[in-house]
Amino acid sequence: MAELSYKPGTAVDPKRAVRWGSLRVAEYRFYSMTKWMGGIIAFGLGNPILFLLSVGLGIGALVDANSGGEILGVSYLQFVAPALLASAAIQGVMDEVTFPTLDGFVWDKLFFAINATSVSARQIANGVMIVALGRGLFTTLLYLGILLLFGAVPLASFFPLLFTSMLAGWGWAALMMAITARLENDEGYFAVIGRFVIAPMFLFSGTFYPLEQMPIFLQPIGWILPLWHSTELGRTLSYDYPIEPSMIALHLGYLTLMGVVGMLLTYPKFEERLSR
Amino acid sequence: MITQLVVSQAVAIQERRSARPGSSIYSGRASMLLERGFRAFKSSNWMVVLSGFVEPVLYLLAFGFGIGQLIGNLEDGLGRPVSYAAFIAPALLATSAMNGAVYDSTWNVFFKMHFGKIYQVMLSSSLGPMDVALGEIGWALLRGVAYSLGFMAIVTPLGLVTNAWGLLAIPAASLIAFGFASIGMAITSYLKSFQQMNWVTFFMLPMFLFSGTFFPVSVYPQWIQMIVQALPLWQGVELIRSLMLGIVDWSLLGHVAYFLVMIAGGLWFTTVRLKALFMR
Amino acid sequence: MFAKDSEVVIRAKNLTKKYKDFVAVDGIDFEVKRGESFGLLGPNGAGKSTTMKMISSVSQRTGGELTILGKEPNTHGPEIRAHLGVVPQKDLLDRELKAWENLFTYGRYFGLSRKFLKQKVEELLEFAQLTEKRNSKADDLSGGMQRRLAIARGLVNEPEILMLDEPTTGLDPQARHILWDRLFRLKEQGVTLVITTHYMDEAEQLCDRLIVMDKGKIMAEGSPAALIKQYSSKEVVEVRFGTDKNEKFAPQLEELADRIEVLPDRILLYTEKGEELLTKIVDAGLHPMTSLVRRSSLEDVFLRLTGRTLVE
Repeated sequence: MAELSYKPGTAVDPKRAVRWGSLRVAEYRFYSMTKWMGGIIAFGLGNPILFLLSVGLGIGALVDANSGGEILGVSYLQFVAPALLASAAIQGVMDEVTFPTLDGFVWDKLFFAINATSVSARQIANGVMIVALGRGLFTTLLYLGILLLFGAVPLASFFPLLFTSMLAGWGWAALMMAITARLENDEGYFAVIGRFVIAPMFLFSGTFYPLEQMPIFLQPIGWILPLWHSTELGRTLSYDYPIEPSMIALHLGYLTLMGVVGMLLTYPKFEERLSR
Repeated sequence: MITQLVVSQAVAIQERRSARPGSSIYSGRASMLLERGFRAFKSSNWMVVLSGFVEPVLYLLAFGFGIGQLIGNLEDGLGRPVSYAAFIAPALLATSAMNGAVYDSTWNVFFKMHFGKIYQVMLSSSLGPMDVALGEIGWALLRGVAYSLGFMAIVTPLGLVTNAWGLLAIPAASLIAFGFASIGMAITSYLKSFQQMNWVTFFMLPMFLFSGTFFPVSVYPQWIQMIVQALPLWQGVELIRSLMLGIVDWSLLGHVAYFLVMIAGGLWFTTVRLKALFMR
Repeated sequence: MFAKDSEVVIRAKNLTKKYKDFVAVDGIDFEVKRGESFGLLGPNGAGKSTTMKMISSVSQRTGGELTILGKEPNTHGPEIRAHLGVVPQKDLLDRELKAWENLFTYGRYFGLSRKFLKQKVEELLEFAQLTEKRNSKADDLSGGMQRRLAIARGLVNEPEILMLDEPTTGLDPQARHILWDRLFRLKEQGVTLVITTHYMDEAEQLCDRLIVMDKGKIMAEGSPAALIKQYSSKEVVEVRFGTDKNEKFAPQLEELADRIEVLPDRILLYTEKGEELLTKIVDAGLHPMTSLVRRSSLEDVFLRLTGRTLVE
């Protein structure tokens, strides 16, 4: 067997080890993500193209040919584009804080291994969020690129749209991370959240037709969940969609609040769970 | 002890069958897997099962009634006006049969194969691979049927089933579920990681969106129409839509034949794969 | 002895299994008699598990002959499996089911009636000391309980042959001893046991006869005592002089013992009388850092036959 060079106690610089822990967590997770980059790109490209072709153009053809055109004032494609973008950002960021995060606690228990080095629980949470945002940003950029190709949004609103979508992604993912941190096992919770929260959000946030057109008892779905807020911002950014400045502030404020509350609820649970 | 008695039981049961053809792969007890399914189901998360009923209803509300307001009426195959909700309801029924069956035959089978490894255990009893294939596919089929029954129970009172032929939509949905379940399990036997499993979702999404679900396939150019028509969901949507709108002729048997082939192929494939995976 | 006791229940002749170019089992011959406890020993990759799978009739051989209870596994798989109880290495319990349901459902796979199983399941739970845990999900049981449940499951069809793949790997000493006790009782009831194991003490405890396999071939066959006699000495003395120094003393020690083996960290000396040898070593002016006299075990046989190089 080869000789092991081994000098106990000198290899690690303790100060260096505690600094930037979250970036080290992120670095490692980004690296392991590269192994299934193909899938991320395919989903990132496939999803928008499919939805734009089917909903934007397919259903759009029916809507534009009938009464829809007058009600909406723009083509159906332009109407749904900001909503689809925000929805993709939310889904993209969220994907990383559900199963992969629970994995760190329950199945491969990798967070415990990381926490056994100099990296703190809080840094792990931040690291996970950085990666989630990175992944979300990547899919959102792809989506936005395709929307531009379809002529569904103007080039001038590229960066503002990216911002409002990612803000919603972060806000929601922070809350979801707080929930994930509280799950002891999967037991199908994500499937339940997917169908009872995410699906209704996708369908009833004024995504496919104006929120006001829905029965009043369904409208709170839009008010509470992030998608409608981001969609409203997106619409006013991408076409001539009238909206009060105070409402803009409200939408931005609500999404930010969501993110802050989510992170604040996440940290203590990560700390508690990793110190068990 | 009751030893002697039993040795003869388990063995005698098996010996009685041993002369039949195929006795080395099928012991005639696929129903035992359903029994196991029910036992496991009793202690599973009911919310997950329930949520499967909810999804197509949400789509019906959002698209049928929401977007329906922007679209108004369409024309059915005979040129009669049909509301947008009535147009998409059959498609959503076919989809929910598909989803129920595919969910069980892919994700659940995947977990059992790679984490629970219960097929290995089943095959160490006197069950053969064909029992396991039939039993698991049967269970997935039941789930698909349950979802479609639930959906029918909601759309019928809404007045979206306009005639008596509509009743046949239930057996049709079962046929669709059976087809998807058997193909789903066959495909799953090739998949090894979660990432690969996501590809199943990846291919189901476009099928859901383009199989004449939300708009008639006539909007596509001819060559795309031909591709779509080759897909199983389009076959299912057409079959159920014709039944629910009461446009019935012999051509429907073509769709039925399509699914029969799919079922037979999937079953055969799954049996071969189980044998290759666990009995090598 | 009754004539029935010497009846051969498993017979393998030139049994071979190839996976493409890789030969997992390379033409082995053995027989297992009714009521016998038969062990398969060998390092990882020796072909033990493959042999077990072929006997369990879930893997088809690629050459040679194999009969189980006089039947041909390739064509009578389900029928043979009706006579077998299988306890797989990782238990493979149905995690979605409760303890008693695991037994019940498995019995149903054999087509056993509900009425019969109701009684049988209680009996087995008792045997496995799991009556109080009958309603726990398989996942919530401790390692030892899971293993006992897996053994109980393997007994549900009252098999003539029970196949155990590394039955006590990963268990604590208490759990191991409980298991040995249960397995011994089964043997007393006339069940034929086929066991693979890494643990030499287990093989000595449980097996009447065993084969040592390496690289798909049988290296040795016999009872534990006979094997020790043939391939080792009665006692072994282990001495340590410190890494790098062992080599230096080896030539001197070689003259004192029947046979010696120099390892990087210590030297093994094989002899009939350990204490005497140790005195001789000290008298010769050699002063090892540590020394140990012990009985020779199957482990010595095993390492001698299969070598000390790590097999991956």
